[in-house]
Amino acid sequence: MLEIQALHARIDGKEILKGFDLKVKAGEVHAIMGPNGSGKSTLAKVLAGDSHYEVTKGSIRFEGKDIASLEPEDRALLGIFLAFQYPVEIPGVNNASFLRMAYNAKQKFLKRTEVDPIEFDEILREKLKIVKMSADFSSRSVNHGFSGGEKKRNEIVQMAVLEPKLAVLDETDSGLDIDALKIVAQGINTLRRPDNAIILITHYQRLLDYVKPDFVHVLSGGRIIRSGGGELARELEKKGYELIQS
Amino acid sequence: MSVNSIEQFTKKEYPYGFQTAIETDVLPKGLSEDTVRQISKLKNEPPFMLEFRLKAYRYWLTMKEPHWANAHYPAIDYQNISYYAAPKKKPASLKSMDEVDPELKRTFEKLGIPLMEQKKLAGVAVDAIFDSVSVATSYKAKLLEHGVIFCSFSEAVEKYPDLVKRYMGSVVPYTDNFFAALNSAVFSDGSFVYIPKNTRCPMELSSYFRINTEGSGQFERTLIICEDNSFVSYLEGCTAPKFDSNQLHAAVVELVALDHAEIKYSTVQNWYAGDPETGKGGIYNFVTKRGKALGNDSKISWTQVETGSAITWKYPSCILMGDRSVGEFYSVALTNHHQQADTGTKMIHIGKNTKSTIISKGISAGQAVNNYRGLVEIRKSAVGARNFTQCDSLLIGSTCAAHTFPTIDVRQPNSKTEHEASTSRISDDQLFYFRQRGIRTEDAMNAILNGFCKEVFVELPGEFAVEATQLLGLKLEGSVG
Repeated sequence: MLEIQALHARIDGKEILKGFDLKVKAGEVHAIMGPNGSGKSTLAKVLAGDSHYEVTKGSIRFEGKDIASLEPEDRALLGIFLAFQYPVEIPGVNNASFLRMAYNAKQKFLKRTEVDPIEFDEILREKLKIVKMSADFSSRSVNHGFSGGEKKRNEIVQMAVLEPKLAVLDETDSGLDIDALKIVAQGINTLRRPDNAIILITHYQRLLDYVKPDFVHVLSGGRIIRSGGGELARELEKKGYELIQS
Repeated sequence: MSVNSIEQFTKKEYPYGFQTAIETDVLPKGLSEDTVRQISKLKNEPPFMLEFRLKAYRYWLTMKEPHWANAHYPAIDYQNISYYAAPKKKPASLKSMDEVDPELKRTFEKLGIPLMEQKKLAGVAVDAIFDSVSVATSYKAKLLEHGVIFCSFSEAVEKYPDLVKRYMGSVVPYTDNFFAALNSAVFSDGSFVYIPKNTRCPMELSSYFRINTEGSGQFERTLIICEDNSFVSYLEGCTAPKFDSNQLHAAVVELVALDHAEIKYSTVQNWYAGDPETGKGGIYNFVTKRGKALGNDSKISWTQVETGSAITWKYPSCILMGDRSVGEFYSVALTNHHQQADTGTKMIHIGKNTKSTIISKGISAGQAVNNYRGLVEIRKSAVGARNFTQCDSLLIGSTCAAHTFPTIDVRQPNSKTEHEASTSRISDDQLFYFRQRGIRTEDAMNAILNGFCKEVFVELPGEFAVEATQLLGLKLEGSVG
């Protein structure tokens, strides 16, 4: 599904990713772990097409197609979803209409019928249950005045509505208390399917207690320095990143 | 077309910039007592009108052009303006709509304003004003069946001189300000509305103002009177062709609401704003609008969507005289490129338990400057008065500016005023968030803008809310960054 080869990317002239390789197949969950500044969030932004980042070398292929030069919305329509580490607030635009815009953009792209607000309400109601969000959430402005936990849950609701082929979750676990973490993790597990793939970017191992990854990669200095299964995460937790790097 | 950053988002052509080729009577440029007499003569006015004009003119001569607004422009040469321009065919002689010059009909059709009754905007009566004269008013007869008078100001002077005499200048006296004095001296036409007692006007009334002749100014006067227990909703729209020279539009609007009467006045202003690159040309929109909530339990509500003009200088205001009278001001002012707007309202609380609400939304893009200027005055007599003011500014890009100049003057301790203000900016992060969800930048901008303006848009009558929404999108296309 996703094939990243020898990727180099920079922001403000500073190179962050330096030869990053990753292959993800449908049905797989990959965890990417690494210390602060290792390039985790850069990877997420580069995959989504944030124009602040510049790809200088290497390739990103999604379902066989090179997407490195595509606009963010075109990547999104192909089925790439980014759950933001810091979801932005959009006052005045309510969640239901925002999500319906996104949903209909995708419907249109797939040449399916767009839905009206009443039909969409049905769809959204079901999806809200996945992360135990109350129905009044629909009428609130996007992320506006949300607590940290609500913002993260909102990202998962959006993922549920848009049903992406590839979801990149950028530190979705950070800032969550244990109850919220469990809800978010259950949400992710619900959405895990044989025909989609998930990349979990995380700093800590604790999310991986609830969402079991098929592969764990350690990112350091802009490259993957070790890959393994779930046991690698536990090893990291015990020894810390420094020991792994040395 | 793909537009991706805030910088690219506002470069839409002004679609109403065409000029109609039509034979026109134009007074030579220049202003003197003689010009005033000529205008009055051209309109066959009774002596009281000429007297009013001359008093205003003489007073105007003693006044200085005001420059306290936060807008910058060279002094206007009042001798270089033609004060009267009218299509050659005499509209007064028209017996029915069918006699309207086909060229004029086509013009208004092109502007989306149907002059023919039973057309798509059925249920909306239109008074169409072209340069200095009203060329057609639809549904006049049907309205008259309900006792509602809707006609051009000139016709009102001729047919209802008592009403005109009684109310003209009662809300905005000619001594009020420089542009009101000028208007009082040289005004040429406008709309007149009279709603009798216990009558709810059966349809929306609207006036459409079109400036067509280069070098002319438009000075119209609108007077709306609502007797006891009556209601009217009135909407005005404005456009003008693209000329390199600036044109002055100095209007006066007076509203009078008696006991339990309600006037809802909405404006969608889209005058030519000048060249997007150089700022050359465009309308100077210097307008005095004021309503007197004279009766107990009366209500005056202003809603404005100001998107055009090189400079906008207007403060639709309410004088709340009747006890429990209500004043409202809902405004969206959008400035882009080199536009300047200094707009807001005045709420003067005089009666007991009067109430006012001010919701102002300023949007600024390009190199534009957007100012809110407001006065909330609670006089000693206004026991139990309440005001709520909310002023929000939205900046698009980093080269525009927004300012607010609120004044609150409270002389009655048993009263309550609230003022809220905010300034925000549409960020690239917000746009990226939309785009990551598959939503294009234009749609994202529209969603954010409409979210920002929705408290105002809901106040607009039916289909005009949709129109305003689209207008904002068009006005900002190409300006995000």
